[in-house]
Amino acid sequence: MAKLTKADILHVASLAKIEISDAEVEKYSEQLSKVVDYFSALSEVDTKNIEPTNQTTGLENVFRPDEVAAENCLTQDAAISGTDNIHNGYFKVKAILTERTDK
Amino acid sequence: MDTPLTIKKTREGLLKKKYSAVELVDEYLSRINKHKNLNAFLTLSDEVAYSEAKEIDKLVGVGIATNQYPLLGSTVAHKDLFLTKGIRTTAGSKVLESYVPEYSATVVEREKRGGAIAIGKTNCDAWAHGASGENSDFGPTLNPWNKGFVPGGSSSGSAAAVAAGLSLVATGTDTGGSIRQPANFCGVVGLKPTYGAVSRYGVIAMASSLDSIGCFGMTVEDVEIIFNITKGEDGFDSTVKNVESVKPKSKLKIGIPKEYFSKGLDKEVEKSIFEAINVLEKAGVEFIDISLPNTKHAISVYYIIQPAEVSSNLGRYDGIRFGGGRSTFGAEAKRRIMLGTYVLSAGYYDAYYLKAQKVRSKMINDFDNVFGKVDALITPVSPTAAFRIGEKKEDPLQMYLADIYTASANLAGIPGLAIPSGFNKIGLPLGFQLMGPRFSENTLFELGKLYHHVVGYQPKVALE
Repeated sequence: MAKLTKADILHVASLAKIEISDAEVEKYSEQLSKVVDYFSALSEVDTKNIEPTNQTTGLENVFRPDEVAAENCLTQDAAISGTDNIHNGYFKVKAILTERTDK
Repeated sequence: MDTPLTIKKTREGLLKKKYSAVELVDEYLSRINKHKNLNAFLTLSDEVAYSEAKEIDKLVGVGIATNQYPLLGSTVAHKDLFLTKGIRTTAGSKVLESYVPEYSATVVEREKRGGAIAIGKTNCDAWAHGASGENSDFGPTLNPWNKGFVPGGSSSGSAAAVAAGLSLVATGTDTGGSIRQPANFCGVVGLKPTYGAVSRYGVIAMASSLDSIGCFGMTVEDVEIIFNITKGEDGFDSTVKNVESVKPKSKLKIGIPKEYFSKGLDKEVEKSIFEAINVLEKAGVEFIDISLPNTKHAISVYYIIQPAEVSSNLGRYDGIRFGGGRSTFGAEAKRRIMLGTYVLSAGYYDAYYLKAQKVRSKMINDFDNVFGKVDALITPVSPTAAFRIGEKKEDPLQMYLADIYTASANLAGIPGLAIPSGFNKIGLPLGFQLMGPRFSENTLFELGKLYHHVVGYQPKVALE
């Protein structure tokens, strides 16, 4: 049976920036192992020379003119209206860089 | 006052001055309030509804050319995945508990322009992840026919609202069955259009190669009217194609795929479908047995591709520009994000994601072959009628298997129409599904109308 170990769960959770508790690690490891195990039947399907599908209606390269139309844009006030974390009309984010300590 | 049950009757009543649009809104809001315990609505838009109703009453007063307004006075409930400018939109998730959009979805705008009145936002499984409504972060919606049962999902509140007469029509999204299955469980008509027929602009994305925007109504005519208003390019969703839906042939042939009638299908559900087949056969429709051999892989393929796309689409919720942080995701969203991240991660991509995309091609091939021989397919919507609240909640795999008869249409991008056909012994709705080739909605409508015409179908509201 395919198994998602606790380490697998912690790894994908960190890739997806999801914080999970120890109890959740346990629960997800069991539940997702069952789901992934169900997928194993796929390995028996012969897919030699079969192209993968990611679009079903056959559209390719849909273009539009590269123009800015004011009526299609949010104003700055509208764009920042979803949060209180604003400074001078900009979004405030936490620092993502730290000072180097090795010199 | 009894609310009219079709778009046509709503319009006729308004034009004959049997009631005003404002009175209709009064009545629907009072019904919503009376049946609050269904938990079908997350937010009411009464202010907007009254202002739209007053506009309509003005138009009726001056005697407008009403063909400009095909939805004149029809109340519409929007699944809370549809952005509505100035009205809170949550996707059923605590992440967006206080999010108020700055623009509306194309579908919302087009329905409004067609004369519809937006009455409120309906409850749904958070981010449209679910087949029961129990994954809503705001509590489950109850089935109006029996409150101990689920209404189906993920468009739970939309289906329940139409069934209970809380709104005439409703919008929904269908990524693996999220319109057809709740329509089936609630005994209303539900349409999942062809992928790319209706714009997804302003609708919170679940899985972008599968998401389809559709609707609920009491009759096939009503979902047809809404489809015709909402379909077509809008310049904002590049997957939308303007395709004239094929005109139905005078003599139609329907395939019965044997893989959809295998073990696990409830006997009453099966019997009801064969009764519908009999009805249509007597009305001159030809039926033949066909096979879609890769159907058995639908759930595996769907539950690889869909969570993969979910994990990518939900990556944008960082709590910086709007909404809460990633710690506010509920259990099912986290489950799907992790499953999707896993199947896309280094070392597993080829075995899961790429493999699933290839098997998807084989499934599409099956459909294309069959549609060379038949004009449509008839199948169950779900293996059973509505199940009990709590029955599958703790077992995700069992819940996922509820999508077994619906997910294939999304993987192939073809349309599906869920049609009510009666009730089982304990009074829960039964129904069947029609599927057809891409952009064959008109054929499905024709067959649905023929069936309801022959059986003398009378729409019925679930609650007083």
